[in-house]
Amino acid sequence: MSVVDRQEWDVVVVGAGGAGLRAAIEARERGARTAVICKSLFGKAHTVMAEGGIAAAMANANEHDTWQVHFRDTLRGGKFLNQWRMAELHAQEAPDRVWELETWGALFDRTKDGRISQRNFGGHEYPRLAHVGDRTGLELIRTLQQKTVALQQEDFRRTGDHESRLKVFQECTVTRILKDGDRVSGVFAYDRETGRFFVLRAPAVVLATGGIGKSFKVTSNSWEYTGDGHALALLAGAPLLNMEFVQFHPTGMVWPPSVKGILVTESVRGDGGVLRNSEGKRFMFDYVPDVFKEKYAESEEEADRWYEDPDDNRRPPELLPRDEVARAINAEVKAGRGSPHGGVFLDVSTRMPAEVIRRRLPSMYHQFKELADVDITAEAMEVGPTCHYVMGGVAVDSDTAAARGVPGLYAAGEVAGGMHGSNRLGGNSLSDLLVFGRRAGWHAAEYARALADRRPRVDDAQVGTASAEALRPFSAGAEGEAGPPENPYTLHQELQQTMNDLVGIIRREGEMEQALHRLAELRTRARRAGVEGHRQFNPGWHLALDLRNMLLVSECVARAALERTESRGGHTREDHPRMDRAWRNVNLLCALADPAGGLAATDPARGQIRLTRETTDPIRPDLLALFEKEELVKYLAEEELYE
Amino acid sequence: MSSYEARFQVWRGDEHGGGLRDFTVDVNDGEVVLDIVHRLQATQAPDLAVRWNCKAGKCGSCSAEVNGRPRLLCMTRMSVFDRAETITITPLRAFPVIRDLVTDVGFNYQKAREVPAFVPPPGLGPGEYRMFQEDVDRPQEFRKCIECFLCQNTCHVVRDHEENKQAFAGPRYLMRVAELDMHPLDAAAEAGLDRGRTAQDDQGLGYCNITKCCTEVCPEGIRITDNALIPLKERAVDRKYDPLVWLGSKIRRRSGA
Repeated sequence: MSVVDRQEWDVVVVGAGGAGLRAAIEARERGARTAVICKSLFGKAHTVMAEGGIAAAMANANEHDTWQVHFRDTLRGGKFLNQWRMAELHAQEAPDRVWELETWGALFDRTKDGRISQRNFGGHEYPRLAHVGDRTGLELIRTLQQKTVALQQEDFRRTGDHESRLKVFQECTVTRILKDGDRVSGVFAYDRETGRFFVLRAPAVVLATGGIGKSFKVTSNSWEYTGDGHALALLAGAPLLNMEFVQFHPTGMVWPPSVKGILVTESVRGDGGVLRNSEGKRFMFDYVPDVFKEKYAESEEEADRWYEDPDDNRRPPELLPRDEVARAINAEVKAGRGSPHGGVFLDVSTRMPAEVIRRRLPSMYHQFKELADVDITAEAMEVGPTCHYVMGGVAVDSDTAAARGVPGLYAAGEVAGGMHGSNRLGGNSLSDLLVFGRRAGWHAAEYARALADRRPRVDDAQVGTASAEALRPFSAGAEGEAGPPENPYTLHQELQQTMNDLVGIIRREGEMEQALHRLAELRTRARRAGVEGHRQFNPGWHLALDLRNMLLVSECVARAALERTESRGGHTREDHPRMDRAWRNVNLLCALADPAGGLAATDPARGQIRLTRETTDPIRPDLLALFEKEELVKYLAEEELYE
Repeated sequence: MSSYEARFQVWRGDEHGGGLRDFTVDVNDGEVVLDIVHRLQATQAPDLAVRWNCKAGKCGSCSAEVNGRPRLLCMTRMSVFDRAETITITPLRAFPVIRDLVTDVGFNYQKAREVPAFVPPPGLGPGEYRMFQEDVDRPQEFRKCIECFLCQNTCHVVRDHEENKQAFAGPRYLMRVAELDMHPLDAAAEAGLDRGRTAQDDQGLGYCNITKCCTEVCPEGIRITDNALIPLKERAVDRKYDPLVWLGSKIRRRSGA
């Protein structure tokens, strides 16, 4: 076994997006020596792509807004499957997390009286999203990055070393969580630049790796979104929650093909943009579901009046939660009323003066001009659904962000499950990652401190196994495998096509069974994924290693989606088109079928994942009391109502 | 949809050396140079190293030089080139090569650490900050920066003079000083920190001779020279040579405190 460099830290954070950096800042401020490991350069994480804003009931734009209203909107958006304690903490703490960013130098757009401006978004009753034009994610990541640097400057003044108490290992990938018995003992990682392996020994590890979108062909997600944290948790013995819920954002670019899937921010609709089909009709009025009937306008006139007078008019149906809008667009295209390139039209050009569009939506103006030759101030955009976000994730304790069953493991942000239920509202992810990033960093630091000198040890055998696993692609086909080496890029494309076609926005039983078979085949072939060249910055090798994670996570999505025989939020079954109240309080948990962590290519029917059901905790009565009885009847089962 | 075969020359190698390699590759309608690099990886050169993330001009990862011009690979459309022309992709020239199109951009992270951080105004708690849009407009322009480092790469102060890297922070980080200096609530002055002076003394503002190369390559269209560097220079000059300006700032600060 080659000698592997080892270091000792208190807390290791995997991922340097919003959740990871917020966790790291918190852990360091609470005295823990903290290491952050990220696959990209520091400051490039996928959070920069977030456009619309951070949802927080600061009541700057509408004085009626409170955390209770935000909580209610979040539960409605998630169709009451949310881990309600998370939704409560999120709604209560989001304003403090936004204000705190200002003290670190963030510059949000302002109201006339100098406070943080807030904009409308789908599913939010009041204008609630703190924003900076349509580049809010960039402002968030830059602020957290600069706060990290500010802490490093402090440490430099004190110790003479910027990285003595908070260090970012950029362009490094974690492939295994190491354990001592049940407990976390550290991580095994490789440096992408050099290909060298290293071990960070630490009693507490925070997963903040984001989502899984790169398993789908049409996605708004970057290459990093290969479900690493989801897979690391599974392999470490922590279960994943409700993985069937995948959000397809209604508005991704559809043309040209090379940009298909790139996000078109919901702010376009929040600021007045409308959706039309090929007949010029604002079709969303035909798609308001029963549970939302009282909240949305019935005529274009009423919808248009709402922008000026939201107290006396109802909101336009373009601002329904994302799952509803995505399904509606899908249905219009299927009915033959789509745009030339298979989407629908999203128009701001007839709704706002060109100069207002350029000011409020600068990135969108730029994006369409540069990539599609479309001037959005003069013509409509063509848009269609794109895989955007996974609501499912690591099952965590609401208050501490601790993963279930593995002491020392924490998860925050998109990689954690529960918070958003079956569908996430726009704007709730940036607030989620701030609220729970902080909580994860806080509790990880406390846990590490409480252990004192009783820290788990790193097991050399695990390090050896992890090295062998990571080196395997270099010897594919050389050890008497049943077939020639496979091209990892080809395997990845086939996986994306499979998930897109068979476990996509509209799902059917037969197709998902077929998907599980294909995944099993891909899994066998992926064992022979081979690479050329050497270990120094070799993207073929990196992808070959990421395939393990994508295949694991894809199986979770397919298996859970097959099991849940209803339609709810980001899970739509053509063969079970209605929401079923009996499923309201059911969580589906995915765990590794072989708890020893082995990943032998077992038979397709059984696969690598075992599924279990559990009943959720009843919603606390004072939180239930925030809703009208008539509304609860639509979601809750009889026995839940009369308890 | 029309496809054609394009000729490419891509630099391959590492710190020990390398050279341009020829490739012939399919190009489809609407594609950008990064799509072509990805096609090369998937079909001809699986270990071709390139950085990228968002593929939408928002993260600033895929910076390289296309036909000698510093650009984002994801925002350079194939349609801007003549179909007969051979397109050359090389790594950023001002930074050391790691492998193929990937360079060591550590210089920038080093310089970022040398800019004193935002100083929160004492006495104002979270939620109490009040700023007006017209006052945040100016620093907000600089916060559009995606840190692609194209300006750092193109600035001739370091591009052709490695020895200047020690003293000169480059346009991106001078702009960062200007941004903090224009932040309506930054309390650096109250804390005894003169940002104009640090720009001059620690970030090497004097090396900049406003040739505007940085502004020309900025994919975000930030007017780095006109809006950040020149005002910063003017302020630094005022501070340095005009005792009345210096005195005035002291008096104002005292009465405002």
